Amino acid sequence: MTIAETATATTASVAAPNAARVDLDIIADLVKPGSRVLDVGCGDGSLLQLLERRRGVDGRGVEISQAGVNDCVARGLSVIQGDADRDLVHYPDQSFDYVILSQTIQATRNPKAVLSELLRIGHRAIVSFPNFGHLSIRSSLMFFGRMPQTKNLPHTWYDTPNIHFCTIKDFIVLAREMGAQVEDAQAINATGQKMAMSMPWAFWNLFGQQAVFVLKR
Amino acid sequence: MNEAAANAHLARSVGSREANNPSSPVAEFGGDQPLRLDAGVDLGPFRIAYNTYGTLNADKTNAVLLCHALTMDHYAASPSPTTGKPGWWSSLVGEGKPIDTSKFFVICSNVIGGCLGSTGPATIDPRTGEPYGLDLPVVTIPDMVRAQKMLVERLGIDTLFAVIGGSMGGMQVLQWAVSYPDKVFAAVPIATGSRHSAQNIAFHEVGRQAVMADPDWCNGRYFSEGKRPVKGLAVARMTAHVTYLSEIALHRKFGRNLQDRDRFGFGFEADFQIESYLRHQGSSFVDRFDANSYLYLTRAMDYFDIAAEHDGLLANAFKGSKTRFCVVSFSSDWLFPTAESRTIVHALNAAAASVSFVEVETDKGHDAFLLEEPDFYRAVDGFISSAARARGLAQ
Repeated sequence: MTIAETATATTASVAAPNAARVDLDIIADLVKPGSRVLDVGCGDGSLLQLLERRRGVDGRGVEISQAGVNDCVARGLSVIQGDADRDLVHYPDQSFDYVILSQTIQATRNPKAVLSELLRIGHRAIVSFPNFGHLSIRSSLMFFGRMPQTKNLPHTWYDTPNIHFCTIKDFIVLAREMGAQVEDAQAINATGQKMAMSMPWAFWNLFGQQAVFVLKR
Repeated sequence: MNEAAANAHLARSVGSREANNPSSPVAEFGGDQPLRLDAGVDLGPFRIAYNTYGTLNADKTNAVLLCHALTMDHYAASPSPTTGKPGWWSSLVGEGKPIDTSKFFVICSNVIGGCLGSTGPATIDPRTGEPYGLDLPVVTIPDMVRAQKMLVERLGIDTLFAVIGGSMGGMQVLQWAVSYPDKVFAAVPIATGSRHSAQNIAFHEVGRQAVMADPDWCNGRYFSEGKRPVKGLAVARMTAHVTYLSEIALHRKFGRNLQDRDRFGFGFEADFQIESYLRHQGSSFVDRFDANSYLYLTRAMDYFDIAAEHDGLLANAFKGSKTRFCVVSFSSDWLFPTAESRTIVHALNAAAASVSFVEVETDKGHDAFLLEEPDFYRAVDGFISSAARARGLAQ
């Protein structure tokens, strides 16, 4: 598999099965070469593999689905079966340069506690998530009165693993509440393009389909 | 009884013959190189019977040590001389298999306390000319590993590429990583625990009591008395065998089916297939295993508790470890349930060690580690291949 293919490979995470994971590329660019990385909710290991190949990181993963773990280990990645809500307590303080939570925070039972664990374990936390404030989601509720189902979020309300959606604005408020500093942030629009940093948050919140944040304490 | 007479007697049982005249290679350690035992005494001279598969590379970096389980032996990938059956891991170990003997130099040795050639209770004590019996000091998992270390050094190997084993073999893998962290590049503990649970000690005690309750056990001196406690050992094996299977696998295989009959016999013969099966397991076991060895090896497992040696904190045992771990458990294993593996994984996480952990979905119980489980093999294959790349071993 080439790097380009790896970057767009799907993961067993809670995003759409065939959605191009532009956020993986963005995350890979944010990580310094040779650093120690823990990927929480690493799916089938696409991001970890990308990080190992492109950035030469010392990568570890945690994945809740056994199928995902088995795939990762068969690919030669250091991954354990575990739950972001329950199993992060076993990691020592500041034991990783980056702890990544990619497209997973909305599926955790206690996002605030998980985020706090990320900031404890890692010098930096990188969090990517689908923005529930995106125009298409707002319009689905407004014009159709239905819970939104989009290409990236294909689940119905009754079978979705995504139990804690948030908007970009919500996330910023939470980070501020927790005393975390936003070191970097990126938004991706519906066509998979990075949005300009100069745009105001409100603009990102309306047109950003996904967001990637780098936080530190 | 002199040595010749004792040997002649031992020869009556194939298993016992292997105990003193192993058909495999043997490493002899003289009285000047004793094995320092946890019991506080030295064992010497002593002997380790072993097999190797594949070729050691010029750098001596491709050695893999396989650690066997309670009633296995060093015939991991070659036919057993006692049963004629293929090696117990011959589907996992061999050319082109996950543990590829065309790439790795694979070593498997009989544990100290065993009965297939390494010094154990059936070995003739050079001081008396009779089998050690209960005169052999009690051995522990660390003792077994210390002996393996001496063998590995004797073979001219400084660092092992990998140490791999299931059940009691998994305990040895963990002990290797704890005792000699710099000598183990990769470790694969399978279907095991960092200590033996109360329930597991309980099952072992039932087995030992069955052996010792057999009048033919003769306080461990059955060889000298010309007897063998086959009934007791068979019962011990029957009990243990149940713990190796899962309820669902037993039901699938046997259900309540009757053996060679249409109705109950209203007696105590083996009416049910499961009874017949267990009786067969028991009676075939006694032909290949020594009763005293069974006592010693179950004891070694019972004493195993890594955390106890490290201020009660398992993570301390792995502090600073550079070894890459791949922990494997099986979902229907109730002897070493996944929770035991998870405890190991959490300790490794706390020690910031490199660890992979796979729980293989199967209904085959503890025995699954000896069976061809595709997810298990894929995990071992992937882990070993990536570790080999990291070790700079040609793929």
